Amino acid sequence: MDDLLDQYDLVLQAFWLTIQLSVLSGLCSLVFGTLLAALRVGPISVLRAAGTTYVALVRNTPLLLVFVFVFIAAPNLGWFVGTPFLVKGVIAMSVYTSAFVCEAVRSGVNAVSVGQAEAARAIGLTFTQTMGSVVLPQAFRAVVPPLASVLIAMTKNTSIAAVFGLMELTGRMRYFTNNSADDTVIFLVFAAFYIVLVELISAGAIGLERRWRAAR
Amino acid sequence: MSTVLFDTPGPRTRARHRLYALLSGVGLLALLGWFVWYLDEQGELEYELWEPFVTPAYVQVLWEGLLDTLAMAVLAILLAVVFGAVFGVGKLSEHAAVRWPSWLIVEFFRAVPLLLLIIFLFLGPAGLSSYWSVVAGLTLYNGSVLAEIVRAGILAVPKGQVEAAYALGMRKTQVMVTIQLPQAVKIMIPAIISQCVVALKDTSLGYYVLAPGLTTVGRQIWTEFGNQFQTAVVLSATYIVVNLLLTLLATWAQRRLVGERRPIVHPVDPGMGHGGPGLS
Repeated sequence: MDDLLDQYDLVLQAFWLTIQLSVLSGLCSLVFGTLLAALRVGPISVLRAAGTTYVALVRNTPLLLVFVFVFIAAPNLGWFVGTPFLVKGVIAMSVYTSAFVCEAVRSGVNAVSVGQAEAARAIGLTFTQTMGSVVLPQAFRAVVPPLASVLIAMTKNTSIAAVFGLMELTGRMRYFTNNSADDTVIFLVFAAFYIVLVELISAGAIGLERRWRAAR
Repeated sequence: MSTVLFDTPGPRTRARHRLYALLSGVGLLALLGWFVWYLDEQGELEYELWEPFVTPAYVQVLWEGLLDTLAMAVLAILLAVVFGAVFGVGKLSEHAAVRWPSWLIVEFFRAVPLLLLIIFLFLGPAGLSSYWSVVAGLTLYNGSVLAEIVRAGILAVPKGQVEAAYALGMRKTQVMVTIQLPQAVKIMIPAIISQCVVALKDTSLGYYVLAPGLTTVGRQIWTEFGNQFQTAVVLSATYIVVNLLLTLLATWAQRRLVGERRPIVHPVDPGMGHGGPGLS
């Protein structure tokens, strides 16, 4: 415990790195995942198949292997040689997480019943109006809970970056763990940081849900 | 085909979509072709680099790694089912003294990263071997997720069943054991198989503590041959095939046990956990 207090700056740096990894990967995955979802619900068969293949392949590969590709295999191909570790970590996390974001967004779009759009078209709304005031608002509401689950899992998954030399929270815990009675305390302290992040995302999602709740 | 996003396309739109499909197909094929060409250019398609994966001795080692991985995942899931049943029922208990600790344990292990847990079990006071720290970590994490599935499964049993059982004069434990749990298990089996996919993928974390399994074997192979890319491709392909088989099994079980109607307990997204506290 004294170690932790003496070197609290290292702990805070690790926390900051975890936050950076989570926020950057979260943003990239949201953008890329939404694009993928657009491919998967779009009218063009080839792009639909491509999106489906990407999701099937990535979802069934362990994240650790995605990291192996980015950190260990890619340099053999001459890629990412001088890239900073944080960027490589964000790339690996985003490649993996966007497949799950895609599925969450797609399920949100599918949750809106066809009748809603048909009714909107029947009363003469244009495409933009149909999307903007009928379909998307309902899809956003349906997408919040699964998306929050994905982001929470992603935040916990950033721990895998520790295996590849990023000194984020998990890597730091490994550094402080020293076979003493303190180890349990150290574990609980580092676990608490993750719990704070998870609770923040969870609270945000519940807030959004409450705010967007509509009478049905 | 009419969706919420666009109306049923007419002949001209369909023709346009065919054109786009053709163009994007050509573009994707070109990209793929360029990638293969690039790999060849970099010498990544050389036979020596792929040789270990057709050499019987190394295939044998990989096969044993796969068996280790599967054994760890299966063992962890079996233990997790027990853990999940105990704490899932515990969360529904009428006694606050049982309910609260169950809630705390389940929420804690769901919110903590698995790798953090494995490192703690491996290096911390528990001092487990690499094999058991992975199995125990997987058990605690997946058990907590399954506890939620068990709870949802029990709650999904129609209320009339429970009321009828009480009306017959059964007691609380009898109702749980003879009425609620058997029906809940039937609803839960597809979700449990989906959770196997999660556990199987997470066994790859054994890499960090050098537990036996595919990723550790892979590391040995690429240290010996310097074929990191090829090994990663083979390992991913193995995981993908096994996971797709498991997914097929889950779908089959879903149809067989739950019927065509929509699943009451939604299968957990492989690898992405089941949300955190407060979300279900």
